[in-house]
Amino acid sequence: MDWNFSSGAQLLQLCRENDVRISQVMLEREIARGELTKEQIMQEMQKNLDVMRESVDKGLNEKMRSISQLTGGEAMRLFRYADFEPFSGTNTCRAAAAAMAVVEVNAAMGRIVAAPTAGASGILPAVLLESALDRGWSDEQIIDGLFCAGAIGLLFAENATISGAAGGCQAETGVAAAMAAAAIVEISGGSPEQSLDAAAIAIKNVEGLVCDPVAGLVECPCIKRNAMGAANALLCADMTLCGITSLIPFDEVVAAMYAVGCDMRPEYRETSKGGLAATPTGKAILKHIRRASGVRNDDD
Amino acid sequence: MEDFSLFDIIGPRMTGPSSSHTAGAVRIGYVAGRIIGSDIDEVRFTLYGSFAETGKGHGTDKALVAGILGFQPDDVRISDALKLAREKGICVDFAYSDEPAEHPNTVRIDAVSPTGKRTEVLGRSIGGGNILITEINNMEVELTGEYPTIIVQHDDVLGVIADVSRVLAQLDVNIAYMRVFRHGKGRDAFMCIETDTPVTADMLEIIRRLCSDVKTLFTV
Repeated sequence: MDWNFSSGAQLLQLCRENDVRISQVMLEREIARGELTKEQIMQEMQKNLDVMRESVDKGLNEKMRSISQLTGGEAMRLFRYADFEPFSGTNTCRAAAAAMAVVEVNAAMGRIVAAPTAGASGILPAVLLESALDRGWSDEQIIDGLFCAGAIGLLFAENATISGAAGGCQAETGVAAAMAAAAIVEISGGSPEQSLDAAAIAIKNVEGLVCDPVAGLVECPCIKRNAMGAANALLCADMTLCGITSLIPFDEVVAAMYAVGCDMRPEYRETSKGGLAATPTGKAILKHIRRASGVRNDDD
Repeated sequence: MEDFSLFDIIGPRMTGPSSSHTAGAVRIGYVAGRIIGSDIDEVRFTLYGSFAETGKGHGTDKALVAGILGFQPDDVRISDALKLAREKGICVDFAYSDEPAEHPNTVRIDAVSPTGKRTEVLGRSIGGGNILITEINNMEVELTGEYPTIIVQHDDVLGVIADVSRVLAQLDVNIAYMRVFRHGKGRDAFMCIETDTPVTADMLEIIRRLCSDVKTLFTV
């Protein structure tokens, strides 16, 4: 039995022919790679889940400050506010806060799980763990969600990119939101087709999003974009579960996203030479950071 | 098409904030520490390019020291590395260079052992937490640290490479990648041998005994 797949269409075919869910195909594929046994794979994923949970808790309960001293503490603020009738709803607001929490921990040299990258590491744990708390999902269910998310991320990695330097922020927070949306659709009993539709819609919502980190740091705008990514994932899951489909099929959306990423000028691909990084404030922050490192600025 | 593992997508577990500026820096420090191979009295890090410009904001300084102390990229003690090095009596110094480097994320590590032995390592962080060691004591090398690695310093004489690889085969150690480097014909030379399974201290002793042209060898 060949469990390998290189397109969404192939993944759906494997699900149909074997009457299994996306998470099961992904687990079988990983077992078939032969590097780890099934038991080792499950243990490794549990370790990832433990670190994800630890990073959410840390960022929501301890006042974070990034090593650059630029950011921190906002996740906690949003999480507390979530109880006071927020416009976006308590659950969305909490998930957004949890996503920020992880990236704040990351910026403060805490431990996180890249998912798919460090800069987008908040979205998947936030969406899964906050939904799990709300709905009473077990760790086994969350881990199934992580396998499903892994399959979606894999399709982007193989057919497009999951690197901001190659495809902009759509490839990082966009892909993370797609992974999270697909995962909660599967855990909620949605079909594999619905998981792929949710992923496709999540990417479509942020297609073309540039990667323009101020001073090259994984802080601004990354932390808040993780909050947006969590909200994006939740809304796309809801849209799909109520029966809305993606007019453009998943595989074509992946191809379109990649084409747009390749067309982006280098300024918008993690070089910190365009967008927010090139604003007067962004440049002033870079100068300040360089001075703190003892590197001369041209006009010093 | 690259063969991605599930854990390339969900993972690695790492201490932030950046796979290249933090996780990669820990790995460079770690491999450099193994190359230095002894206690360290003093170590100086010279950071180039983007390492110099935004290294402080990414904790690259702490990450490099953490690596030298033998920590892995997911160790939660990385942010305390400077203090931990001080407690161990290691004198750490940083220089931020604005000279151009071949690669944007480059660091030169100069270490002095308590016996006065100097070791110089040049490394770069090439993305996604992957690294390349490009120089050891002014000798050009290419070392990724992804596999167990033996570094053999030897005379550039006929048959020494065959000798070492034959002994490894007899020890049931498969060579994944191997590169040889030398200062010049007949002069000092290095072998970097990346293996599928780790090479033990006993195995190193056997190689030392059976290959007379080998001067020093150690594992990374």
